[in-house]
Amino acid sequence: MALQLDARPPVAPAPRTARPPRGIRLSRLDQKYSPYLYIAPFFLLFGVFGVYPLIYTLWVSLHDWDLLGSDHPFVGLDNYTRLMADTDFWHAVVNTLGIFVISTIPQLLAALWLANLLNRQLRARTTFRMAVLIPNITSTAAVAIVFGVLFGREFGMVNWLLDLVGVDAIDWKSNRFASWVAISAMVDWRWTGYNALIFLAAMQAIPRDLYESAAIDGANRTRQFWSITVPLLKPTIIFTVIVSTIGGLQLFTEPRLFHSGTNPIRGGPLRESQTVTMYMFENAFAPHYNFGYGSAVAWLLFALIAVVAAVNVLLLRRLGGGRPKGGPR
Amino acid sequence: MGVFPRRRLAVALVAATALLATAGCAGDDEPAENGQITLTVDVFSQFGYEELYKEYMASHPNVKIVERGTGTNLDDYSPKLTQWLAAGKGAGDVVAIEEGLMVEYKANPDNFVNLLDHGAAELKGNFMEWKWNQGLSADGKKLIGLGTDVGGMAMCYRKDLFAKAGLPTDRDAVSKLWPTWQDYIRVGEQFTAKKTGASFLDAATNTFNTIVLQTAGNAQGYHYYDTSDNLVVDSNPAVRQAWDTTMDIIDSGLSGKYGSWSEEWVSAFKQAKFATIACPAWMTGVIEGNAGPDAKGKWDIARVPGNGGNWGGSHLAVPKQSKHRDEAIELVKFLTSAKGQIGAFKAKGPLPSSPQALADPAIVDAKNAYFSDAPVGQIFGAGAKTLKPVYMGPKNQAVRTEVENAVRTVELGQRTPDQGWTDAVTNAKKAAAK
Repeated sequence: MALQLDARPPVAPAPRTARPPRGIRLSRLDQKYSPYLYIAPFFLLFGVFGVYPLIYTLWVSLHDWDLLGSDHPFVGLDNYTRLMADTDFWHAVVNTLGIFVISTIPQLLAALWLANLLNRQLRARTTFRMAVLIPNITSTAAVAIVFGVLFGREFGMVNWLLDLVGVDAIDWKSNRFASWVAISAMVDWRWTGYNALIFLAAMQAIPRDLYESAAIDGANRTRQFWSITVPLLKPTIIFTVIVSTIGGLQLFTEPRLFHSGTNPIRGGPLRESQTVTMYMFENAFAPHYNFGYGSAVAWLLFALIAVVAAVNVLLLRRLGGGRPKGGPR
Repeated sequence: MGVFPRRRLAVALVAATALLATAGCAGDDEPAENGQITLTVDVFSQFGYEELYKEYMASHPNVKIVERGTGTNLDDYSPKLTQWLAAGKGAGDVVAIEEGLMVEYKANPDNFVNLLDHGAAELKGNFMEWKWNQGLSADGKKLIGLGTDVGGMAMCYRKDLFAKAGLPTDRDAVSKLWPTWQDYIRVGEQFTAKKTGASFLDAATNTFNTIVLQTAGNAQGYHYYDTSDNLVVDSNPAVRQAWDTTMDIIDSGLSGKYGSWSEEWVSAFKQAKFATIACPAWMTGVIEGNAGPDAKGKWDIARVPGNGGNWGGSHLAVPKQSKHRDEAIELVKFLTSAKGQIGAFKAKGPLPSSPQALADPAIVDAKNAYFSDAPVGQIFGAGAKTLKPVYMGPKNQAVRTEVENAVRTVELGQRTPDQGWTDAVTNAKKAAAK
């Protein structure tokens, strides 16, 4: 089928024509080494901004590293042992996973539904398709600040609306579950349209004749959606799930800016919505400036993302029963 | 010939891309245009230096001054400063350091220029002794900062809300209402009973901090850490006493629970949702900024309940990474001089730490138009000279955060006062150990 996540560009065979000797030598060198040069920029950047910080963070995490101090004594795995017993850390892990679950699941379902709608014959289709992406190009900070105000305890619009229908005001910022919901709303507002467009692109690659024959066989729209669209979208769904996992578990800007006032990095007085990245920041920077401990949090977060992503992929593979077979193309 | 040059071009392009990518992070050295230099000053909140810069630039035509961070929270500012210092790059030529964080920066004095090497010793008489000592390293050999302001304490209140509740509005009469914090609570209860639609105070955390600094200042002179840097949160009676008073305030339902410095807090100022706020001198500038021009003349300033106290105040320092150290040191000396401190006071209200400035008619006779022409110079200045400072230990900021958070959880009804106290002690110990 047309959807390959690991699609490689076809390798064009080099034209073999007669050349003067010097040219042959250079051309052989060229053929042998220039591909490496072509891919070099990515690996250079990845090395500088990816691998190096990763290794350096690991190195730092093995030290008692005061950010301003000049001595950084080696302490081995001490930071990790302390972290394992740190209830605030596990509290942040639960927050992160909780926000991840209640934001990602509705988000992907809504995106799927939205993509399905946009895939139909609509008037001003392109306008709608572009419109769903608008939240995504808005600055995260702006979104978070506006939502922070909307979800205010006393002057917020959400509580005002709740009041109109007779529901008591909710303290969105210092109630654990409520703050998760508010932050998930922000995440979903921003990312649903983006995922919908990815799903839409994948849907358009599904051959129309499949739907036609299904329609002839008497399958209605819903049946077509679940029996044709969803199974053929599986690689794309896996892709969006992995990307959402990485993004969701590293959630920082939304919960950080959701809270204002003193120590917003705690995510509420009882750390109601402090995510792991916020906990990392709290330790590595203000108010603790314990760079070693913060680095250990970063590495455990890395491990956590790897585990959750692996679990997600396994679950999704199971879900459809084996790998999907490609279309006729 | 057709194929070959094109390939070479491609190779060159790739190489150029790689080069550009690495060069992207290279230096941002300021070009020196005909000897003119730019001094960057990093501050938080309101320091009130604009007019002083103009004056300085007029007398030093080769210097251009740029201020960064005006109006930011201390909580946003201090991590940035620490990162710049740790990275050895990025900090301004002059940086402001708040007293609660001074002790952390002082622990690594080599990040800063030792001002004693640059003739600062002769300026000692320009500052209150304790203010001078705050900027001095533990061994007394290095001076990393010169004092700007001190946070002499008062109680700011809204006259319109007081009138609505049938309380006196004249500042002397209001001051007489609350000689002690218990009296303050009683007035608060009267106020609350009148159901004006506003709370008596903004948030218990600010009030707690005021009380604890005052109580500690009047007792041993330390709060969370004793002067040998032992954590004494649970054993210092001053802390416990301030905690209990704050619990009484919460119990009486006086707090509006607007988390201090949050957006709701700012909105509450605008909408006149609380009647009083504990008010160190620098807070007057914050109130004016938050409540806006519409509230001009509606605020006034009375005595603080209890006796005196100091909250906040800063120093100016020159990071070693500055490329224009000598010029920056000159600027620091100018801004922290009696004249500089008077200028800042007039602009935004931070109370001078220089005895000469405090005795100057410009301060003594100063009135604040926004606060109904309150004689701020006298209100704040009177207590300032006899001010008893509170010693701040190594992890002061982190510990204070934990204790104030515990106050907040009780205020929001998430914890009982007893649970809150247990949290405060446990978390403070944990934070101090980090």
